[in-house]
Amino acid sequence: MEVYLWAFLIGGLICGLGQLFLEYTPYLPGHLLVLLVVSGAVLSALGIYEKLIELAGAGVTVPVSNFGNILAQGVIFEVKRDGMIGLFRGIMEIAGGGLTATIVIGFLISLIFRTKE
Amino acid sequence: MINLKKTGDTVFFSTTPRIFSSFSVVGKKEGRGPLGSIFDYISQDSLFSQNTWEKAEMEMSKKAVQGVLDKTNLMPEDIDFLLGGDLLNQIVVANFVARHFQRPYLGLFGACATLGESLFLGSTLLDGDFGDQVIAFVSSHYQTAERQYRTPIEYGDQYPPWKQWTVTGSAAFLLQKEGGSVGITQATVGTVLDWGIIDTNDLGGAMVPAAAQTILTNLEDTGRSPGDYDLILTGDLGIRGRDLLRKLLKKEGLGELDNLNDCGARIFAPDQKAGSGGSGCATSAVVLSSYYLPRLEKGDLNRILLVVTGALLNPTTSLQGETIPGIAHALVLERMVD
Repeated sequence: MEVYLWAFLIGGLICGLGQLFLEYTPYLPGHLLVLLVVSGAVLSALGIYEKLIELAGAGVTVPVSNFGNILAQGVIFEVKRDGMIGLFRGIMEIAGGGLTATIVIGFLISLIFRTKE
Repeated sequence: MINLKKTGDTVFFSTTPRIFSSFSVVGKKEGRGPLGSIFDYISQDSLFSQNTWEKAEMEMSKKAVQGVLDKTNLMPEDIDFLLGGDLLNQIVVANFVARHFQRPYLGLFGACATLGESLFLGSTLLDGDFGDQVIAFVSSHYQTAERQYRTPIEYGDQYPPWKQWTVTGSAAFLLQKEGGSVGITQATVGTVLDWGIIDTNDLGGAMVPAAAQTILTNLEDTGRSPGDYDLILTGDLGIRGRDLLRKLLKKEGLGELDNLNDCGARIFAPDQKAGSGGSGCATSAVVLSSYYLPRLEKGDLNRILLVVTGALLNPTTSLQGETIPGIAHALVLERMVD
């Protein structure tokens, strides 16, 4: 039960900080996206992201920072197995499924719907 | 030494070219706005029966040019020059409209200030006796413009409250050497100014310095004070930009300008979720065509300073960290009593 509370608090904190970034800096959503992904990758490499997932579950796996996390985890996994070639091989190791789903679903949705006023 | 028809940055036309007629086309949202019913053609379908947004904008712009021809019983052959522009890459909308009408054509780009360029150059051609009739036309479309300046709508960026909403519309103006009760007497061509704004959601703010400078230049060159104009009308600064411009001009010593307004601030109602108001080439064009030209013709207003504003960026320059330069061209429109 406790994980729901932490998911709410930590997930909410990430989104809240992101909103403040958009409201109070002149930077654009693209900048925020890159910042979150890179932060996720760094926290993942330091072993912190894994602990956050144990604590807050979907609160940290749903925000886009988790994309940085799975990029980093894929690389770490492949490097441990195959050495430095894993730097290149590992990027899509875990992220590949999510990316392919995004592209295919995006394509299907664009066939059905159009933007509105 | 030739006696130039120019003082400072302001051109004084000797023959007073006329805006003889005009035709405006808008989309559904604009039609529901506070100026709603006055536009010549309100489409309930933003796709204009086409299958892409770009084709929709071309159809809309074509409708505006055809509209002004029909209104004045002219054929395309009667037109000496077509001067047009829009916001898409390579100004394709205007190019394709010109493909349809088969008349000598110059494509213009001045971002949202394109109307100022086309009216100025059209007047110059007439004043130089290079033609009798010129059509100036511009267009913008909410669905096509967003990706030209920021990200595609499908990307789903948040819409901050200070952002402006691109007007879906097009207007065509028939300029003639004679006839008609609205004359273009002077024009001040703007210089590009950049005060370092980087937020692409704040184009109104980025254009304010250029608008202020063009207004000050015009007043200096013509020897007029702001009160000599019944109205100083900016293009698409939006509500926030208009209020900033008032503050800036007050700081420059022009006092409280009650006669200053903005087309973008007028085209949408507060409950239409259009942020700070309208933007895009069409904003000044459709509001001028359907609201202010008739008021000049009726005599409610005698002299307007139209200040058309443009933000000169593209998505690549903003991604490369460049700031947003702005430009503003001013035209003095006067009621002529022949």
